[in-house]
Amino acid sequence: MQVLQFTDKGIYCPAGDFYIDPWQPVERAVITHAHSDHARYGNKHYLCHHDSVPLLQLRLGQDISVQGVAFGENIRYNGVTISLHPAGHIIGSAQVRVQQENEVWVVSGDYKVENDGISGQFEPVPCNTFITECTFGLPIYNWQPQGVIFSNIRQWIQDNQAAGKNSVLLGYSLGKAQRLLHNLRGVTEQIWAHGAIYITHQLLREKGWDLPEIHRITPDTPASVYKNNLIIGPPSAADSSWMRRFNPYALGVCSGWMQVRGHMRRRNADAGFALSDHADWMGLLQAVKATGAEKVYTTHGFSSAFARYLTENGIPAQEVKTEFGDMDEEAGMPETITHDQ
Amino acid sequence: MKEFAALIKILSNSTKTNEKLDALSRYLAAADAPDRLWVLALFTGRRPKRTVNTTQLSTWCLQMTGLPAWLYEECYHTVGDLGETIALLLPPGKSLSAHPLHYWIEQLIQLEKADEATKQTFILRAWEELDTSERFVFNKLITGGFRIGVSQQTMVNALASTYNIPAATVSHMISGNWDPQQTTIEALLSENITEADASKPFPFYLAYALEGDPAELGVPEQWQAEWKWDGIRGQIIKRNGQLFVWSRGEELITEKFPEYQPLLDLLPEGTVLDGEILTFADGAPLPFQTLQTRIGRKNVTRKQLQEAPVAFLSYDLLEWEGQDIRTSALQERRLLLEKVVEQINHPTLRLSPTITFHDWDELARFRLQAREKGSEGLMLKKLDSTYQVGRKRGDWWKWKIDPLTIDAVMIYAQKGHGRRSNLYTDYTFAVRDGDQLVSFTKAYSGLTDKEISEVDSWVKKNSLEKFGPVRTVKPELVFEIGFEGIAASNRHKSGVALRFPRILRWRKDKPLTEINTLEDLQQLLRTHK
Repeated sequence: MQVLQFTDKGIYCPAGDFYIDPWQPVERAVITHAHSDHARYGNKHYLCHHDSVPLLQLRLGQDISVQGVAFGENIRYNGVTISLHPAGHIIGSAQVRVQQENEVWVVSGDYKVENDGISGQFEPVPCNTFITECTFGLPIYNWQPQGVIFSNIRQWIQDNQAAGKNSVLLGYSLGKAQRLLHNLRGVTEQIWAHGAIYITHQLLREKGWDLPEIHRITPDTPASVYKNNLIIGPPSAADSSWMRRFNPYALGVCSGWMQVRGHMRRRNADAGFALSDHADWMGLLQAVKATGAEKVYTTHGFSSAFARYLTENGIPAQEVKTEFGDMDEEAGMPETITHDQ
Repeated sequence: MKEFAALIKILSNSTKTNEKLDALSRYLAAADAPDRLWVLALFTGRRPKRTVNTTQLSTWCLQMTGLPAWLYEECYHTVGDLGETIALLLPPGKSLSAHPLHYWIEQLIQLEKADEATKQTFILRAWEELDTSERFVFNKLITGGFRIGVSQQTMVNALASTYNIPAATVSHMISGNWDPQQTTIEALLSENITEADASKPFPFYLAYALEGDPAELGVPEQWQAEWKWDGIRGQIIKRNGQLFVWSRGEELITEKFPEYQPLLDLLPEGTVLDGEILTFADGAPLPFQTLQTRIGRKNVTRKQLQEAPVAFLSYDLLEWEGQDIRTSALQERRLLLEKVVEQINHPTLRLSPTITFHDWDELARFRLQAREKGSEGLMLKKLDSTYQVGRKRGDWWKWKIDPLTIDAVMIYAQKGHGRRSNLYTDYTFAVRDGDQLVSFTKAYSGLTDKEISEVDSWVKKNSLEKFGPVRTVKPELVFEIGFEGIAASNRHKSGVALRFPRILRWRKDKPLTEINTLEDLQQLLRTHK
């Protein structure tokens, strides 16, 4: 049974008449997480996890019609049962389980299997058909445990301090920034952040998330406060004049793409840390196997290679075209924010 | 090996020359003498002969990982570097080895006559003992080319500070024909340079491009102007009764150009000439494409000698009667040079003529004739300049002509390698021919990183078909393509081959209907042949 279809507006459930992460405006949208390639403007009604609600309102407007649900809570539309399950990608990120009669399909959204301490623990959901992302669906992408990466980052910050340099880390304002802040708490006396990161951060702190206190960078902030401290900026800040105030500084980029030297060099960064909020190769394989799915659709990323590998290994898989991106990883891709200071 | 891997990491990440120099100097200070020598050898293109080939490495990696070959290929294509691909694919290493760099290189050299099984055992052991970053540099020792952006000058400066020798002297000491397996770093950096090696060339003096107005250089009377030739910069050396020909890439290319052999008897002992290797007939240079038929061939055929005869257009004299005369003024060296060329009076040794001019405007008019002369612009050299080492500002300038241009549409895109792997950066362009599009060139550089990512995402949304790594795209994006020359070619559908094609600008303002035509290209071919 074709519980979900791939249409030019997005992944569609005909029986329930709703879309999952549609890329054109629709009546009812189920949203996996608040990144802008998944949660877009213009839908009439949004359904997402409770923790995503304030993030959607922040990014899409307070006046959107949005319903929040808990993980595992069943919602019924026209005889179709929908539930959300942790995806471990960012705060509020969810996989969408859709059941029609006895047939179960799961849309992964973006996910990672390692628990980063703040984005939830990915939960394998048994299903007949699994629609999986595969941003890093090649075996060259296997991440080190985040403990190792964070200790490398701490060491790098110490080395910078010894060399009289401030440390600037670039990471996406929703997701990567919180993961860094949660795991690097106390690394320097103060942590300073770009306004885009600060706004999201304060909102999440108000909602009770375990995040450290940070300071907002404004045009009036005296340059002296950055000395020996950690500064967190969005990827789009790279190569912009906004960076000048941090001189002398060393620039670190946190993205799964940093696994390959060529990408690191393209970024003109002083250091690259292969820290990703997407599953690595082993993580993708582990997730697919854990669902027990008899059919897999692969979307955004190395989708054709991953589908072929699964098929050759006894899990029929097929690539589908979607308009999801990897902007949360592709450091340097403009995030839609303005440098208001 | 850990220290070397760490060095490579810093060198490849850093974009700042000073940081590279610091890292290299720190490494040299701590390394033992054999490691110093090998780093110098590796960074100046003197790697040992390959004893294990890439097919073997790939095969053993596939055996170790159990991955299918097509997936390995896909990974290689994304990473753009075989050594790095293998390092990333192998299961985590144990990082057990404390052997220095030269140990691994010597072991690899010893494999030359070993059988396949011995080679495999050694490589697998190395992979097991090394961690990911060490494996990467180990693999690169085999496959070659670190591409870490360490210039010869940076290497020279690091050695100069480590050994406390002037940089220009180091530059000369490490040039030319030495083999890391036959010498030591101490011997190489010892005093008597040419006694030890008669073939040793002088480091070339290179010019920067002139970007401003030549009038800012001062009065024309202090300057010498020459045509800038589009050949191979070379040095001809006669010492010890032998003739040596070097290219600017410090490659000994004596055998490739038998035309120069008569000079062995004609040139006086202790002579070094600087000039341009050019294909030349009837008193004028032939297009660069003809010289290309002579490069990369070990044995020159009689047909090639007839169709692409080579001459040497000399423009400087660096050694005379066994004396290094680089510190005398250009005008003095030039007088001597003219005398030498005249006396020798052989058709393959020519003088690159100087251009007589009275003011900068007159010279600017000469520059416009450069293409007709078969040159790519002018060289400006100060008459009192010494012959310096490496690329230096001030006394020598190249003043090239503006490129030829064509507006064309992108029709194919392919992912780049290395720094640009996983991005569509290599494009093929077409011009209009009636209602058809005819591809005529590929071009790479010229766009900013921001434009590249914009084109990349456009390609991903607008690809029509896939042929392996190549995508055909909707003919829509128009670019201005610049190039230095154009020649007839039967290897290309368009019938032309371009010299140094590159993207000058993205013409977002131009629609497909306004691009140039095949007729326009043929017109350029007629006027610039």
